[in-house]
Amino acid sequence: MSAGAPATLRVADVTKCFGAVTAVDAVSLDVRANEFLCLLGPSGCGKTTLLRMMAGFEAPDSGRVFIGDDDMTATPPHARPVNMMFQSYALFPHMSVEGNVAFGLKQEGLRGEALNARVKEALAVVELEGLGARKPHQLSGGQRQRVALARCLAKRPRVLLLDEPLAALDKHLRERTQRELTALRHRLGISFVVVTHDQDEAMAMADRVAVMDRGKILQIAPPRELYERPANRAVAAFFGDVNIWEGEVVAGNKVHCAALQIAFPVTDLLPVGSRVEAAVRPEQIAFTSIDALLTGVVSDVVYRGTASTYFVRHAGGAVIRVARQNSGPETFQRGDTVGLSWPTSAVRVLTS
Amino acid sequence: MTRRQGLIAILWLWSAALFVLPLIIVLKISVAETRLGVPPYTAFFDAAHHVTANTENYSRLFTDSLYVKAYLGSLKTAFIATLIALLMGYPMAYAIARAPAHRRDLWLLLVMLPFWTSFLVRIYAWIGLLRPSGIINTVLQALGIIDAPLHMLNTNGAVYLGIVYTYLPFMVLPLYARLEKLDASLLEAARDLGATPWRAFCAVTLPLSMPGIVAGCLLVFIPAVGEFVIPELLGGPNTLMIGRVLWNEFFTNRDWPVASAVTAVLLILLVAPIVWVQRLQARGDLAP
Ligand SMILES: Nc1ncnc2c1ncn2[C@@H]1O[C@H](COP(=O)(O)OP(=O)(O)OP(=O)(O)O)[C@@H](O)[C@H]1O
Ligand SMILES: [Mg+2]
Repeated sequence: MSAGAPATLRVADVTKCFGAVTAVDAVSLDVRANEFLCLLGPSGCGKTTLLRMMAGFEAPDSGRVFIGDDDMTATPPHARPVNMMFQSYALFPHMSVEGNVAFGLKQEGLRGEALNARVKEALAVVELEGLGARKPHQLSGGQRQRVALARCLAKRPRVLLLDEPLAALDKHLRERTQRELTALRHRLGISFVVVTHDQDEAMAMADRVAVMDRGKILQIAPPRELYERPANRAVAAFFGDVNIWEGEVVAGNKVHCAALQIAFPVTDLLPVGSRVEAAVRPEQIAFTSIDALLTGVVSDVVYRGTASTYFVRHAGGAVIRVARQNSGPETFQRGDTVGLSWPTSAVRVLTS
Repeated sequence: MTRRQGLIAILWLWSAALFVLPLIIVLKISVAETRLGVPPYTAFFDAAHHVTANTENYSRLFTDSLYVKAYLGSLKTAFIATLIALLMGYPMAYAIARAPAHRRDLWLLLVMLPFWTSFLVRIYAWIGLLRPSGIINTVLQALGIIDAPLHMLNTNGAVYLGIVYTYLPFMVLPLYARLEKLDASLLEAARDLGATPWRAFCAVTLPLSMPGIVAGCLLVFIPAVGEFVIPELLGGPNTLMIGRVLWNEFFTNRDWPVASAVTAVLLILLVAPIVWVQRLQARGDLAP
């Protein structure tokens, strides 16, 4: 996948309201060929609604949906070359596993040997050979999820839409399925759009993540860029822990934070006097005894296995979060006075 | 005795007293002969303690073509009426199940509204509507659409109308109960997999509502077969239904044994479809 690859699915300036609620607000989005895109955001931010407009179950109030080169805004769901896997799986309870997988292919007019071959192939992809005769209620949750996936894959869609596909699975199965989904994507060469509200899941699977909030897309970028260069405070806060301080740009390309009573250098070139927010990830901050940017007192320590989070209270009242690997010999206790510093490159300046 | 066993005992007593016992009496009468007196049939044992029972009444049912015709007439009428009720009731139940939640209660109430008036009164109301000088004919004549009154009352058509009208709620309610539970995402999944709306209906909605269809059809078909009031009041002289025959044997001819035999055979005719459906259900052929 390259940045210049053509879009397999394009959403252009799409808006959808339910009564007074604007579920999706002027969203534009490209899904590239063979891309794995995650829609990430808090509950109610419009992820499902956006996905349903791609599948054709909701008509946008304004804006257009393109699949390939064709405008499919008004195309009904059965005529779109995309398939959706429902959060509830929506398996047909009165049909066997094979019947479920064959259903979509029969709609294309496939019969006999050709049909059987495609059903077998799809069941093989999800490693469910041998369970074809069972009814959905005779399967485990994980197996049902695979049948739902096989039913979509059998259709060989250009884009596969998945609404929280892993939400109902336990942690181990979820991690295994995450790896399998990404592997499938490479093998089958189709694009995936996956809705999730779990940022770890999004980071683990996606080529790009679209972070949504209140019907809008805040930022679309690869996971690493989202984490290291969030566009704004909301995105920064969504991905893991972050320290955010308000400040003012002063001479020498520094930001002066009143709460910390210091000015520290930043890499971004900013006009003097503008008000900004500076974000530093906890793991970028180091304990140091020489050249400390500031000092404080450890007020709390939270042990997290491989790492611990230290809450360091500064004389001005601000509490700074510092994450530190637990592999080193020295540790700090509550009440210790410590010096803190961070490299200039660790500071991300958020405007807005 | 546990509470549960106590409850089951009540059920057994109930059906023993109100179903099994009367059934035994009916069967006993059906193998007797008529006689003048009270009761109007011979005893099971004669004075010499010999069993007097015989199956002559039953053979009469199958040799006299009147009875066979009446049974067939009833089955045919009930079958056609059930079919009409299904074709009318399904779209109604579907529309109610798909209506916004706050509207559904109102629609259901309207479906059940006729029950608030006595059945007999409502059938007499139909007579008032259908008869030659009735409301429909009067209005049509006043509007100049027809010259002479239409012959609507005392026809087979009026019987179908009466049965469908009376039993339609029994079709709509079980269908609604089934359709309302149907997971809408199943239909969406079918659409997503390439099915047109009509195909999705046939492949998903219809099979999954089958238990509702069967329940509704039984609830209409069974009472319709034995229906007496509707053919008597709305039907014509050639409306041959077993309920009327039964009434005539019993009250006009005072032939209790034949009337009892008619009842026993009718019961078998009605139990057969119920047993059949139960076996289908036990085998899991009807959707879960
Ligand atoms: N059919 C509908 N009728 C009315 N409002 C709706 C409908 N569907 C969604 N909404 C509203 O639109 C907004 C977005 O809903 P949506 O289901 O897209 O959220 P989501 O991001 O998928 O949330 P979740 O993570 O909880 O699934 C919500 O405020 C929701 O209440
Ligand atoms: Mg959702």
